[in-house]
Amino acid sequence: MLEKDSNVDQLIDQFKTLPGGLLPLLHAVKQLLKCVPDSVVDPIAKGFNLSRAEVHGVISFYHDFNTHPGGHHTVQICRAEACQSMGSRDIESHAKQSLGIDYGETTADGLITLEPVYCLGNCACSPSVRIDDDIHARVDQSRFDQLMTELTTVNANTSGVSS
Amino acid sequence: MSLQIFIPQDTTALALGAEKVSSAMAHALERRGLNTNITRNGSRGMFWLEPLVEVQIGSARQAFGPVNTSDVESILDAVQSNLDGTAKIDHPLHLGEVDQIDYLATQQRLTFKRSGVADPTCITSYQRLEGFVGLTKALSMTGQAIVDELKNSGLRGRGGAAFPAGIKWQTVLDTAGEQKYIVCNADEGDSGTFADRLLMESDPYQLIEGMTIAGLAVGANQGYIYLRSEYPVAHKILNIAIERATDAGFLGANVCNSGRDFFLEVRLGAGAYICGEETSLLESLEGKRGMVRTKPPLPAIEGLFGKPTVVNNVLTLGAVASILEQGSDTYKNFGMGRSRGTLAVQLAGNVKRGGLIELAFGVTLRQVVEDFGCGTFSGRPIRAIQMGGPLGAFLPESQWDTPLDYEAFAAIKAMIGHGGIVVFDDTVDMAAQARFAMEFCVIESCGKCTPCRIGSTRGVEVIDRIVANEDRDNNLILLHDLCDTMELGSLCAMGGMTPFPVRSALTYFKEDFGISSSRDH
Repeated sequence: MLEKDSNVDQLIDQFKTLPGGLLPLLHAVKQLLKCVPDSVVDPIAKGFNLSRAEVHGVISFYHDFNTHPGGHHTVQICRAEACQSMGSRDIESHAKQSLGIDYGETTADGLITLEPVYCLGNCACSPSVRIDDDIHARVDQSRFDQLMTELTTVNANTSGVSS
Repeated sequence: MSLQIFIPQDTTALALGAEKVSSAMAHALERRGLNTNITRNGSRGMFWLEPLVEVQIGSARQAFGPVNTSDVESILDAVQSNLDGTAKIDHPLHLGEVDQIDYLATQQRLTFKRSGVADPTCITSYQRLEGFVGLTKALSMTGQAIVDELKNSGLRGRGGAAFPAGIKWQTVLDTAGEQKYIVCNADEGDSGTFADRLLMESDPYQLIEGMTIAGLAVGANQGYIYLRSEYPVAHKILNIAIERATDAGFLGANVCNSGRDFFLEVRLGAGAYICGEETSLLESLEGKRGMVRTKPPLPAIEGLFGKPTVVNNVLTLGAVASILEQGSDTYKNFGMGRSRGTLAVQLAGNVKRGGLIELAFGVTLRQVVEDFGCGTFSGRPIRAIQMGGPLGAFLPESQWDTPLDYEAFAAIKAMIGHGGIVVFDDTVDMAAQARFAMEFCVIESCGKCTPCRIGSTRGVEVIDRIVANEDRDNNLILLHDLCDTMELGSLCAMGGMTPFPVRSALTYFKEDFGISSSRDH
């Protein structure tokens, strides 16, 4: 925890003199901690000479800055119109049902967090799903299941190696 | 004869398995002892054919698509049996020479002429394809001469608002200030649009060149590309391109030894649709909540950090490079009425052949959807088309003969916007789409003005009551009232145009709301 605190302090030092540096800082914090926790509000406010309310206001404005860490993988389903025209509403309900979670929730094993997203710019080959930084096109229910199985398998393999 | 293989690295090609195809291809080439390079090019924008593999035999680029890993061996067999280029290539996925494919050959590509031709990060390829010609010309011109060239081209902002780009630049040029900025709006959040992404992923130097020209024109030495975080591939490619352009002397201090500086940086958004609105974008760039600003003052006078700022869309700045290269007269010879040049149409949704189609303004919506799109992906009849993103109207068949022209669309209370077309087949529930338009506004409103923040929430509720037939007549009156309030009372297009899809759904598809079509509401 201490080490993480000092890393956040380093990031604050790095970004506080950058014009408009708060968003780049928050992205860097998220990359480091997998989220932007409440505990960073105070040091950021001090470093940027802002009120805590202002920092909190920025964090809470943007969908990307979750305050609690999500699962090992983030699965985003596109809810925008092009994907709707290709059946994304069915994919949404299938995903929620098969994973047993709603949007914003994480599976009990901590593997998958499910989120909505509004357009991934892949609209000619909808429906689209983003898993971490990879986007997948033409995802129907069986393709979704296949992708989830791959995540589970990959995770089982990696944790097998590490243990 | 030498062989070269091209496999795209844009988001859509990757989303359809291009990475796996590329590694299968590399293995296959190695097994065959072929010393052939695989170039990871950008996409041509014919997305229904992705992954589209091109094999260059001599000077001809033979296209194959859509390619799966299991097709790689047979493609190489077909190619190897025809290395002298005399016989016909015999393969079910063979599409002929890529630039003779109808979908591409019938387009008028200016902004996207380089898209998919080469490795997008290769600066030498960019120069070989007339890259930086516009910048070289601009370096010998005065700021006013560059702005005049832009005005003469008739270019209007491609982000959606269609404001004349030359007039915006003139305002920034005329505003005194030590520090000015060029901001590229790459927060392409409209559903059904991907042209900005394609340009950034397939021809990033064109955007860099356009922004540098803008800097020279108005006297700005710093540029920012505000890129949405949903575009990780574009982020990576832009950063590589900026680094290479800086190393090659096209960016940074002393651009091309001209004594002028132009520094460029990519800044990531954080998942807020509203930050595509220019003043909200500026707030976000300053590190604040993306709250819309009141206008005036215009960003051209008091923009980023209160300084004179050009805010233009990716496609507008991309077009600048080709206008300077080819001359404004060439550019303005395309198009109709006050819509000059070309429009990057993005055909998406339930469509058989979706992709990027760059055409001169004036072609009709029906021509695009039928000739290029070839109908729906599902094979069912088209019922509605939404043009211009989530704030655009739903168009019934009677309006599909409208020419793509800003004024013609405004006349039917619709908009071209950023050029996205989303096709829906006859299974669509238009009441659900109208509800979604309001729901999207609830989720993405910045919250500054009441009609947008509260009106959208009330809109969802009222539509639910109409569909449930709770006091339907009075609720319909209420919905129209609410739409009036949002249109007239909102600060920006988010609240001001959310009623467009709602009202068009209600006008042309009233049966989906449970209203009999003989009744007039």
